[in-house]
Amino acid sequence: MNVWHFMAQNRVEVLDLTLEHLWLAGVSIFIAVLVGVPLGILITRWPVLDKPILGSANIIQTIPSLALFGFLLPAPWFGERADRMAILALTLYALLPLIRNTYIGIRNVDSAVLEAARGMGMTDRQVLFQVQLPLSLGVIIAGVRVATVICVGLATIAAAIGAGGLGEFIFRGLAMVSNAVILAGAIPAALLALLADFGLGLLEKRLRPRYQ
Amino acid sequence: MPSVVKLFGALGSSASAVVKCSGAMTASPEPAIEFRNVSYAPHGASEILRDFNLAIHRGETLVLLGRSGSGKTTSLKLINNLVSPTSGTVMVEGRSTADWDVIRLRRMIGYVIQEIGLFPHFTVQRNIALIPNLERWSPERVNARVRELLSLVGLDPQLASRYPRELSGGQRQRVGVARALGADPPILLMDEPFGALDPITRTELQREFLSLQERLRKTVVFVTHDVREALLLADRIALMESGRLTALYTPQEFKLSKDPLISAYLESAATDVNADGRGTP
Repeated sequence: MNVWHFMAQNRVEVLDLTLEHLWLAGVSIFIAVLVGVPLGILITRWPVLDKPILGSANIIQTIPSLALFGFLLPAPWFGERADRMAILALTLYALLPLIRNTYIGIRNVDSAVLEAARGMGMTDRQVLFQVQLPLSLGVIIAGVRVATVICVGLATIAAAIGAGGLGEFIFRGLAMVSNAVILAGAIPAALLALLADFGLGLLEKRLRPRYQ
Repeated sequence: MPSVVKLFGALGSSASAVVKCSGAMTASPEPAIEFRNVSYAPHGASEILRDFNLAIHRGETLVLLGRSGSGKTTSLKLINNLVSPTSGTVMVEGRSTADWDVIRLRRMIGYVIQEIGLFPHFTVQRNIALIPNLERWSPERVNARVRELLSLVGLDPQLASRYPRELSGGQRQRVGVARALGADPPILLMDEPFGALDPITRTELQREFLSLQERLRKTVVFVTHDVREALLLADRIALMESGRLTALYTPQEFKLSKDPLISAYLESAATDVNADGRGTP
C-alpha cells in the first residue's frame, strides 16, 4: 500500500492528528512566548540572573526529548495527563531560543539611542516599550520562528507518551514496519514545520519596518 | 548678523569679548548649574572627577574643553544625573540633582550627543516630538512645535516624515538638536555634537548654533576637545585636565593666557589651521 492511498483512506484521522499536532505545538509556543520573552527582558534588567537562566534553558535543550518525558512523569498535575506533559516538555524546549533572542535583541540596541532616551527623561518603562522592544522585535520574531520549528518537529515525540499528534502514525508505522504509515505521519509533520517557518518568515519580513 | 561678528571675532579680532560678556553679565545671580566639591569615581575605580567646582550662569554658553579622559563627558552626565556624584553636590536651578525627580530634571534639560542617538524606528517628526508627546501635549501643539523646530534648525518641513537613516549626517545632527529643544528646556547639554561631521558641515552647524543661541539664550554646557570650536562658541571656557578644572576664562582671556597648557592648545589649533586650511577668514 502506498502512502498516498493510506492517507486518502484515513483522511479523517490524518486531519484529526494534524489538528492535534498543531494544538500541542501551538499551545506550547504560546506559553513559551508568554514565559520566555518576559524572562529575556528580566535578565537584561538583572544581569546577575542572565547566566543561571540562560544556562538552565541551555541544559534543558540538551536533554533528549524522550528522557525529558521520563523526568516529567513524576511531576504533579503535569504527570497526570499525557497532553499536559507533552505541552510542558515542548514549552521547555521552546524557551531557549525565545529567552536568548529577546536578551540578545535588547542588548544589541544601539547604546547611543539608549543614552539619548534616558538622558532626555524617558522612564524605564517608556525606554522598554517605546525603544528597546520595538527595536528588538525582528530578533524576537526570529526566536519565535526557531522555537516554532522546534516545537512542531518535537511534537511527533509526544505520541510516545500517548499525547497524540502526527507521531501516532510514525510510531504505529514503526511497529507495523510500514513505510506508508510512517510517512503518513512524517510528511504532514515536515510540511507543518516548513509552513510554520515560511509563514513566520513572511511575518518577520512584514514587521521589518522601513527604517532598516 | 551678530553671529557673523561673533564668528570672525573669535577667530581673530577683539570684538568678540565685548559682545559675549554682555550675555553673562545680565544673567541672574543664582547660577543655573553649580558643581560643589564634586568628585566622581565609578565603583572602586580611580577618580574621574576630583573636587570639581564650577558655576554656570543662566543663558551663557560654557564650553568644557579638555582631552579625552579629562572628565568632560562625566561632568555633563552629572548634570542630568546619568551618573551621580560620589561626593559633593550638583545643583540645578538651585536644587541638588539628588533631590530632583530624575525624570522631571532630565525633561528640562536638552541632551545632544555626538552619536546623536536618534530613534531609528521613529520618523523625524516623532523624534523631535519625543518629549512633547511624553508630556502629553495636544497633537496640534506638537505639530506646530515640530514645524517651528524644523525651521529653527534649518530643515525642510518635508523631512518630517523621513526616517533618520534617510538623512545626511548634518541633517541628523540638526534633528538631534531640534529633539533636544523639543519641550523648550532652559538648559542644553551638548557632548561633542559636531565631532563626527565633515569640516564644512561642522562649520555650518557651529555658525547656526551661534545664531540660534543668540536668539534662544539657553544655558548651554558644551563639551569639546577642539580648541577652535571652544573659542568660537564659548562665553566662557572651562579647561579640564585629568578630572580637575584647571582654568576658567573667556575666549579672549584664554587666547592671551600664558599658561603653558593653554599655549599648547593654541599651538595645536594653529598647526591644525595650517594643515587643513580652515579657520582663516
